[in-house]
Formats: sequence, structure tokens, C-alpha cells
Amino acid sequence: MRRLRTLLAAGAMTIAGLTSTALAAGNAPVPPAQTWAHGGVNSFLSFFKGYDYASVQRGFQVYKEVCSSCHAMHLLSYRNLLDVGFTEAEVKAIAAAQEITAGPNDQGEMFTRPGLPADRFKSPFPNAQAAAAANGGKAPPDLSLIVKARAHHEDYIYALLTGYTDAPEGFELSPGSNYNKYFPGNAIAMAQPIYENGVTYTDGTPATIEQQAKDVTNFMAWAAEPKLEERRRVGIMVILFLVFFAGIMYAAKRRLWSEVH
Amino acid sequence: MAHAPQSNFENPVVNWIDQRLPIFTMMNKEYGSFPTPRNFNYFWNFGALAMFVLVTMIVSGIFLAMHYTNNTAMAFDSVERIMRDVNWGWMIRYIHANGASMFFIVVYIHIFRGIYYGSYKAPRELIWIFGVIILLLMMGTAFMGYVLPWGQMSFWGATVITNLFSAIPVVGESIVTLLWGGFSVDNPTLNRFFALHYLLPFVLLAVVVLHVAALHIAGSNNPLGIEPKGPQDTLPFHPYYTTKDIFGLTIFLIFFASFVFFAPNMLGHPDNYIPADPLVTPAHIVPEWYFLPFYAILRSITFSIGLPFTDVVLIDAKLGGVLAMFGSIAILFVLPWLDNSPVRSARFRPIFRWWVLLCLVPSFFMLGYAGGKPAEQPYVLIGQLGTVMYFAFFLLLPIIGRIEKPLPLPASIANPVLGGNAATAK
Repeated sequence: MRRLRTLLAAGAMTIAGLTSTALAAGNAPVPPAQTWAHGGVNSFLSFFKGYDYASVQRGFQVYKEVCSSCHAMHLLSYRNLLDVGFTEAEVKAIAAAQEITAGPNDQGEMFTRPGLPADRFKSPFPNAQAAAAANGGKAPPDLSLIVKARAHHEDYIYALLTGYTDAPEGFELSPGSNYNKYFPGNAIAMAQPIYENGVTYTDGTPATIEQQAKDVTNFMAWAAEPKLEERRRVGIMVILFLVFFAGIMYAAKRRLWSEVH
Repeated sequence: MAHAPQSNFENPVVNWIDQRLPIFTMMNKEYGSFPTPRNFNYFWNFGALAMFVLVTMIVSGIFLAMHYTNNTAMAFDSVERIMRDVNWGWMIRYIHANGASMFFIVVYIHIFRGIYYGSYKAPRELIWIFGVIILLLMMGTAFMGYVLPWGQMSFWGATVITNLFSAIPVVGESIVTLLWGGFSVDNPTLNRFFALHYLLPFVLLAVVVLHVAALHIAGSNNPLGIEPKGPQDTLPFHPYYTTKDIFGLTIFLIFFASFVFFAPNMLGHPDNYIPADPLVTPAHIVPEWYFLPFYAILRSITFSIGLPFTDVVLIDAKLGGVLAMFGSIAILFVLPWLDNSPVRSARFRPIFRWWVLLCLVPSFFMLGYAGGKPAEQPYVLIGQLGTVMYFAFFLLLPIIGRIEKPLPLPASIANPVLGGNAATAK
């Protein structure tokens, strides 16, 4: 047992060493930690937590009405919305509201048709160059994975969306950029996207800035890690089995070795 | 048939095969009755764990390769398709991505075990050398595998690491062009890295076969570092060590599964969820955690080496860093000859024991810490101190071997003269 303890201690040290692996911090302050129903896409101690789907659905509304005019989410399909509680009829209607370029048909020509649930989310710009040209030279990032692609994940996205203030005295803002407390360098090209009552929620939730930021962040967290709940559910069963099996193997090993000690 | 052994298996089919190809006899000899020192501690599980991880990586990797597209325009999205639309794709990918980290954790502990208990000493030098070759192959395979998702860290990590070869005088630039298949990291680079990432694990497996074959000639070392003197010192591998290995494997799997299911991105970098963009350089380019100690050694050489009192530069800082980094692995090859002490186990080597625990081990953690930080003070200094300690550990071994007075060795594994705590480790 003494050996086993040494080994466990060595393992713990290894983990401690690993988790201290540095991430680029930049010069922006660390975003304050918020409470997320799912605990965060990268949260370890959230074994039984899942997404707040009412919030994810509201977040989709914010994305659709606000963000999607500049930001693509090309890794998602309309059918994926079934997973957050939209009905089949709703998903069909959401998809059909988009005009999708398809083809070529048997005449060799491209044509447009209403969107289908199997279509990917329609991007606001036909290509990256067009997106850059319309946005001061730099394409707005795709939001499919944004929550996993930034340090501090949900907390950072929420802080950024609610972090717009007037530039402090003496801070030189170049034309076309906006002051944001949490953006590295503080000068962000994106203008403040969310305003009080900028959307009217279909479920009647008051659309404060904080509420919208929280909802759209929940939506983007789900978009980045759609298998989070399945992952945790399977994980619990796997760990339970392994702990049980380890107990059996330990007993078997003890019994066997007791003959030779 | 003249030399074939007579087989006495009960199952007639097994018997028929065994008389023609004695594979069952071999398996029984090498993994059944194979005499194994009876005093292994749990450090001796890590070889079997490494083998398990290698197989896991090959199997999960083959399934990933069925869905992955090795083209710069499609690679990133094809990985995300695996995560979203392939049945159990998220699990296979997270197993593979975290499996790389697990492989290095297991192998680093396995190497530590080898050093602490002197497993590299005669007659096991060749086993050790095969092991260092395995480490090198692992590093190459892991590096190229990290490039395949074609995220920002994939691309910029590949750019930084392949550029290192340009430090080699005369042929350096040509080597880099050859690695890239062009004049920058681009589609040809991704294609050849994918081909090599699929090939190298099988080369690695072949070297593992040699590593294990050589081990079965010399037999295993053990925590006392003395050879078994007879049957009373050994146990048959099966069932004693198969049982113990499976128990250890289960504990390891709990650790592995915790990462796969509850923290699958903890060991990765957020930037690798941004598609590669040759026009945007990340603020800090960091390799995967398991390369950080070596990356720190690379960055520790911040000075050029020239002829004193002249401006002649013999080795500039970049080449110096590359030499130091490759030297940190190369020095492992000569470890069996640097350490001239006749005693293997650190248990009986009062100086060597603390030399490992207070010089080598801290240097590795210091380097890993410094390698993950930006190239500024005090991290550069910590990295340089770590580099000095790392190399000092190896280079001062001949002196330690000479001045150290080893403790008396037990007469045999079964009857240790010291009795009590130095006896058989469970």
C-alpha cells in the first residue's frame, strides 16, 4: 500500500504540473466567473450538469436576430436545433426562412430554394473575402466553436458582450474600433452588439443586456460542445464500471498473492 | 519438423498448429511461465500500460483516419464532423487526443523507473537504447498528429518546429524545404505529415517488439536491482503479474477516462479550435505540454558561442538551442556508460538516489513550467537553471559513481540481508 500511495502522490504531482500549463493571458483582466447551468464546457467537476435549454433557445433567437448578420456558424445544421428542444415543425420553418443557393441542376445552373433542416446554417457572406471586405478588412470569426476557442470560455464571451464602456481618459481609439474592457488590447472592431430590449423574447423573458448575453453564450456553448451531456453521462457509467472492476481485480490480486507472500 | 518441439496441449487444434508453428509454446514461455522477479512494485506496471496505450492509439487512430480529410481546406471541418456527426466520433477523438498525453505520462514515469532502479545497466543496455528510440518515434508521431486538425496551434507549432532544422549549417534550409514539400507549411506538409503519422506508430510497434524481445532475454530488473538467483526469487508471469497489471491498468483507465469524459480539452490549447490562418500569428505559440521541457531547453540557449575576444560566432543561439534540445535526448543513449556504478537500484546508492530526486526530477518540472511561459524573465532564468540541472545530472554521474559508497546489497530477492522495509516490495 505504501508503494501505491507514493504512486498516487506522483500522479497528483503530474496533474498539478500539467494544469499549470500556461495559456496566453494577454493584457485584459481575467473575466469574472459566472454560474452556468452546464458548469462550463471545460468544467471538470460538473458530472451531472446539462444545458439550460430554455436559455439556449433564447440564445438562438439572439444569434439569429443580432449576431448572424455578421457571424457565420457554419458547423451547425438546422436539424441540430432539434437537440435543444425546437420541434420538427419549428426547425423546418426556421430553415425554410433562409434562401439557400443549391445546384447545379441538370441544366448545369445554380438555383435558390428554401432551406431544409439538413442544410448548414446559412453564412452571412458568400466567402471569407467578402466577409473581410464588408467588415473593415477582417472577417468576423465563425461562432461555431468560439466558446472552446477562447481561454476562460463562457466567462470570457459573457464578459466581452457586457464589457463595452467608454474609453478611459487618454486611451487612443483608432477609427472603427470600440473600447472593451475584456478584449486583449481593449480596442475591438465589433461595435456593442447587445442592447436593452434589442430582441423581444418569444417566451416573455425580460431582455436585459445581461440576460441576452447569458442566453447567447449558452447557445454558443451548446454549439461548441453539443455532445457534452452524452459525454458526461457515458463518463459516469464508465467510471462506475472501472471502480467496480478495480475492486474485483484488487480482491483477486490480493487473494492470489497471499499464497506467495 | 525435425527441430519442432513436441507439443502437449489438450486442444487438438492448438496442438496441430503448435507443432507446425510453436506460437502457443512461445506465448506460454514468454507470458505464462516466464520467470519474473517476485518483488516488483507498481512502477513495473508502466511498461504494460504503455503497450496498452499504444494499441489504443493505433485502434482509435485508424477509426479517425476513416473520417479525416487531409486537405488544408477540409481538415479542420472534417475533425469537427467527427465530433458532431460520426457515431461515437467525439469519444474516439477525445480518446485519441488525450491518449497522446496519457502515453507521455506513462512513458515518462516508465523512464523515471528505469533511471531510478538502474534498469539501463548491463545486461540491459540495448533494451534501454530501444526505449530511447521509441521515445524519439513517439515525439515525432505526436508532433505530426497535432498538426492534422489544422488549427492555429497545429499550423504555427509546425512552422516553429520545422523551422528549427534551418539552424543546421549548409543543409538546413534544404531540409526544411523537404519537410514542408514547398516553401511554407501548406497542403503538401499536411499530406506528408498524415502519411507519416499513420506509418510511424507501426515502426514504433516494431521497435516495441525488439524492446520486449530483448527484455525477455535479460529478464526484468526489479526494485532491489539484483538478479534472481533461483526459482525462490521469481514467480510465473501468469497469473501473478497478469493480475497485478490488470489491476494497475484499471486504476490507470480511471485516470484516463476522467480526462476523456470530464476534461477532454484541459490538456489542449483553445487556439487549436481556431482554423489555421497563415496570416494571423497567435500571441504565444506553445507546443503540447509533453514537449514543454524540451521546448524550454531549446529556448534556454539565448546566447551565441564564439571565439573569446573576437567577433567570430561558432554556434549562434538558434543552433545552440537546437543542439541542446536534441542533446537532451541524445544523452539518454549514453546513460548506461555515463553511470559507472556497479549497483543498479537507487535504494542502495545514497548519493545517486537524491541526485535523481533532487536534480533530475525537479529539473524536468522546472523546464516544463518554463516552457509553457512566455520567453521573458524570470521564466528564461528558470528554464536555464533547469537546463543546467538536467545536463548536470547526466554529466556528473561518472564522478558520483566513483565517490559514492553503496549500501550492502541483499544476498537474494527472497532473503534480503537487510530484512524489514528493504525486503520485498509489494
